[in-house]
Amino acid sequence: MQRACAIHIEEWHREPQARMADDESTEAWPTQLAIRSDAGEAHVELRGSWSLKGEVPRYARVASRLADARRVHLDAAGLESWDSSAVNFLAALLRDCRARAVAVEQDALPDGLRRLLALAFAVPPPAEPRAPASAPDLLAAVGHGFIKAWRDVPAMIEFAGEICLSLARFCTGRARYRHGDIAWLVEGVGPRALPIVSLISFLVGTILAYMGAVQLALFGAEIYIADLVGIGMVREVAALMTGIILAGRTGAAYAAQLGTMQVNEEIDAFRTLGVSPIDYLVLPRMLALLMMVPLLTLYAGLVGILAGMLIAVTVFGVGVHEYWNETLSALNLTHFAVGVVKGTVYGGLVAFAGCLRGMQCGRSAQAVGEATTAAVVLGILLITISASVITIVFQELGI
Amino acid sequence: MAADAHIEVRDLTMAYGDYVIQRDLNFTVGRGDIFVIMGGSGCGKSTLLKQMIGLARPARGTVLYDGEDYWAASEEARVERQRGFGVLFQAGALWSSLTLAENVALPLQEFTGLSADLIDEIVSLKLSLVGLGGFENFYPSEISGGMKKRAGLARAMALDPGILFFDEPSAGLDPISSRRLDDLILELRDSLGATVVLVTHELASIFAIANNSVFLDADTKTMIATGHPQQLATSGPDKVRSFLRRGET
Repeated sequence: MQRACAIHIEEWHREPQARMADDESTEAWPTQLAIRSDAGEAHVELRGSWSLKGEVPRYARVASRLADARRVHLDAAGLESWDSSAVNFLAALLRDCRARAVAVEQDALPDGLRRLLALAFAVPPPAEPRAPASAPDLLAAVGHGFIKAWRDVPAMIEFAGEICLSLARFCTGRARYRHGDIAWLVEGVGPRALPIVSLISFLVGTILAYMGAVQLALFGAEIYIADLVGIGMVREVAALMTGIILAGRTGAAYAAQLGTMQVNEEIDAFRTLGVSPIDYLVLPRMLALLMMVPLLTLYAGLVGILAGMLIAVTVFGVGVHEYWNETLSALNLTHFAVGVVKGTVYGGLVAFAGCLRGMQCGRSAQAVGEATTAAVVLGILLITISASVITIVFQELGI
Repeated sequence: MAADAHIEVRDLTMAYGDYVIQRDLNFTVGRGDIFVIMGGSGCGKSTLLKQMIGLARPARGTVLYDGEDYWAASEEARVERQRGFGVLFQAGALWSSLTLAENVALPLQEFTGLSADLIDEIVSLKLSLVGLGGFENFYPSEISGGMKKRAGLARAMALDPGILFFDEPSAGLDPISSRRLDDLILELRDSLGATVVLVTHELASIFAIANNSVFLDADTKTMIATGHPQQLATSGPDKVRSFLRRGET
């Protein structure tokens, strides 16, 4: 005992040199550890209390002290309490010693510590553990993105084809779905969207009226606000705004619903029953949206016209009857038809994007989030592309 | 074993609104015990576990940890106490967007002041304790159900908890994996000295590892027996004997 103490004291005195040799450490030698070595026999003694909540010695710091040891004796006579920090230290020591074929005597360790160490080494790790995923460089990322987008095209065509087949089954009465589902979906898409559609159409109508009025007032032609707002809302803006609202509101919801069902293997459950998830889940959603979109588009147009009238009457002094008559004479059935066709196309694309991304969803919470985002992005992208195409086509046809 | 009470459940009544699930539960879990909550399906085993963990408040009665009333304590004291619990949920409940290493590291990052590379070391150690060394960078969706359970166990052990709670640890595992998990639980209890409370109806597990138990009855809505499962199997009430012998009396 006396001798051991003497050696420890010596250890403390030698410490400054050891510290100088080991440049990276500026901390004091840990009080929970004593290492002495003579003639290749190293004695490592764990003392005091080892807790993750306090300062714990790291094996990397003291490894050099065991560099020339042929045999290591572990001792824990003075160990008061320990947790994972001690196991971690000893596991690192054991790993290092095994790699260098140095024998380690563990008999003096507490029973629990020894068993945990045995457990930690019980299952050898795979020969090549997977490296952490590193961020790919810019060029590779662009390439991967392009390949992914390219592969998405056939997937979209295939999905569209499946929907067409499902529609054929639906029309011939062979599609399986719950009739109540459609009513429930229609309620979610239509009536529940009215407040937000009203608000946005009202504000957009207001903006159109103001922008037009500022220019028209230069010629004293405020009455033509009615033409501008009426034709603008009914033909273009109502459909576009409705499409974008539905992309954010309904397309995202569809992707999240189907994505979560994918995570819970609910869609697989439909497949194993021989029920097509396209018939049961996708088609009712497409139909619900396609049924509601024309109505929402017309409604949005009406709200926009009323907003324009409010501005024209209160701010620019146009008469209510005048405005109404001007609107009626400016609009014809073609304008309504164009607006409704556009709105319906946008709605169909939004439902398509939402269902596609939902069905493609991976199996984790993260994947559901990504599917929802992708559904909204794809929905708005498709709306924009189709808006340009339809405008050009109608222009060429003179509609 | 009962000399040193770690957890005491006192007059505990669980209810959803007016609907009573179990009433007047009284039992003690000794330090270092492996305690099983048994009972038929739907008798409230998992609900009892939730109330012991502190995820739901009992309708009446309380739970004492080390003699301290859990539900009478302040919010902060309760959170502090919860930090000493390790919980393994039924399906592992690993965070699916994080790798196994990140799953185990999260409690360490949140509740200890350890440096990043020490956390990495501890995480690798915990994963190797459950036989998942080298799987640090896998996502939960890439590993099997048994591995998820073990990874969940590694996360439950991250903060060196004094009490481990398991909800149906061997549900959905094959007999060999289930046996390995039992051995692991025993080994960890013996080496860490932790108290283990588990909900299970896997008879093999109950007899292999438990040294104390309580039996909840769905019909009378209260506990009808408590004690060592082996003793209950021979001299317990009829219902418990029948349960522990798969219906044979």
